Amino acid sequence: MPPGITTLAADTPTLSAANTGFMLICSALVMLMTPALAFFYGGMVRVKSTLNMLMMSFISLGIVTILWVLYGFSIAFGTDSGSVVGWSSDYVGLSGIGITQLWDGYTIPVYVFAAFQLMFAIITPALISGALADRVKFTAWALFIALWVTVVYFPVAHWVWGTGGWLFEMGVIDFAGGTAVHINAGAAALGVILVIGKRVGFKKDPMRPHSLPLVMLGAGLLWFGWFGFNAGSWLGNDDGVGAVMFLNTQVATAAAMLAWLAYEKIRHGAFTTLGAASGAVAGLVAITPAGGSCSPLGAIAIGAVAGLLCAMAVGLKYRFGYDDSLDVIGVHLVGGVAGSLLVGFFATGGVQSEAKGLFYGGGLEQLGKQAIGVFAVLAYSLVVSALLAFLIDKVMGMRVSEDDEVLGIDQVEHAETAYDFSGAGGGAGSRKAVPAGTETGAAAHQRNKKVDA
Amino acid sequence: MKLITAVVKPHRLDEIKEALQAFGVQGLTVTEASGYGRQRGHTEVYRGAEYTVDLVPKIRIEVLVEDEDAEQLIDVVVKAARTGKIGDGKVWSVPVETAVRVRTGERGPDAL
Repeated sequence: MPPGITTLAADTPTLSAANTGFMLICSALVMLMTPALAFFYGGMVRVKSTLNMLMMSFISLGIVTILWVLYGFSIAFGTDSGSVVGWSSDYVGLSGIGITQLWDGYTIPVYVFAAFQLMFAIITPALISGALADRVKFTAWALFIALWVTVVYFPVAHWVWGTGGWLFEMGVIDFAGGTAVHINAGAAALGVILVIGKRVGFKKDPMRPHSLPLVMLGAGLLWFGWFGFNAGSWLGNDDGVGAVMFLNTQVATAAAMLAWLAYEKIRHGAFTTLGAASGAVAGLVAITPAGGSCSPLGAIAIGAVAGLLCAMAVGLKYRFGYDDSLDVIGVHLVGGVAGSLLVGFFATGGVQSEAKGLFYGGGLEQLGKQAIGVFAVLAYSLVVSALLAFLIDKVMGMRVSEDDEVLGIDQVEHAETAYDFSGAGGGAGSRKAVPAGTETGAAAHQRNKKVDA
Repeated sequence: MKLITAVVKPHRLDEIKEALQAFGVQGLTVTEASGYGRQRGHTEVYRGAEYTVDLVPKIRIEVLVEDEDAEQLIDVVVKAARTGKIGDGKVWSVPVETAVRVRTGERGPDAL
């Protein structure tokens, strides 16, 4: 929801079937990004914590959806109070909304807007999980998600996108979530890991990604879903802005991938698949706030800068000794900050709003606003997230025991194993599938209920 | 009887199998293994973090033979496994007390 723009087509908008259909598809695309993120992260951990990594993202689809219906949408997009939070009793339980009631100033129903925004609320806490690989109790994580969206995501979404929200009213440009989603998640990740500490063996044991094909699959699906995330954030297609955003999303992502790979080849001697996937995600992150205000050439510059910065930033954790396991800070925080600030340089004044950046004769004004937005979200999320992690740690403990972490969190928290390749464990032959309905089938079924692997 | 064990490069498996079949060996066991010798490992890079991977993939082939065939069979395996480059692996033999064919209960050389 770009600031400063209210109506697109007519003075009194009517429901547009085209825009509504488009936005429902975009919502589904953004939904897909959370499982995509699960694969992206899941492939990067060691075999023993694959399922936990997948589940840390997947559970967000459950928890945040329910909270969004109950009160989340109301806090984020209800009537403003004090420029800080929203609240509308009609939105509580999404129960007082007419089915043809339009989102104020737009041509789509409130329900569609609520569904679209829900998907953003789901993926944002899931992004944090990448920093917490291998070591967080699942119940503690679930509780963290519930508390975090309540006191961090919902209010921050209001600041940035809600009518009356203080960053929104100031004119901070965040087209699709550079601050509210990526800086927010990245800063939260930093806050939490400062409290819970490093994985056992960090910097000593090799912690190689166990499945780079899974990482590539996740990155590809993220890229695909991101078109809904970005182009959909204009909430309709009555002008060309959504199309510019769509194109810039592709352009910046391509540039960032190439920049990351070039850096890697020069610095480390190889073009890695992990570098290609990470560069692409860095570009997607950076163009998220910026793609509605820059030109395609600007998008190349933003993507290239972000790809390069993030490629350099992922090494910082080894120097400073914080265990940002899968580089949520290195990619999402750094990429989000880069994209949000670069709006202040590359905004042309001719796309989503008339605000011009430094390179287009707009002076430092927009850059200043962007910096305030970046700093406010970063500081708030960092402090509150660290506080939440501290409280949960005191009450129930955030981390699994050291023994369990070494053994593998999948077995301890989920009672499952990601891959069964060995014949000995039943992977080949020892438990044959027997058709149901036969006598032996029934007996086999009985036996299979309890697996004595 | 002797147990011949060969830990060699994985891509030599087919050549070794064919050579053993030509020699008349009736059965063998193959397991995936990892390890290193003088070859040591290699370096991998993940987001700029360089890992030295010491353990490289190998296969372990095990064959039971009668004593008088052992030396000749070792030569066959070594010839089939050799690429001439570092990391070709090792072959060794140890004496075996007894062997039983599970299906029939035959013992000793009859079980081979």
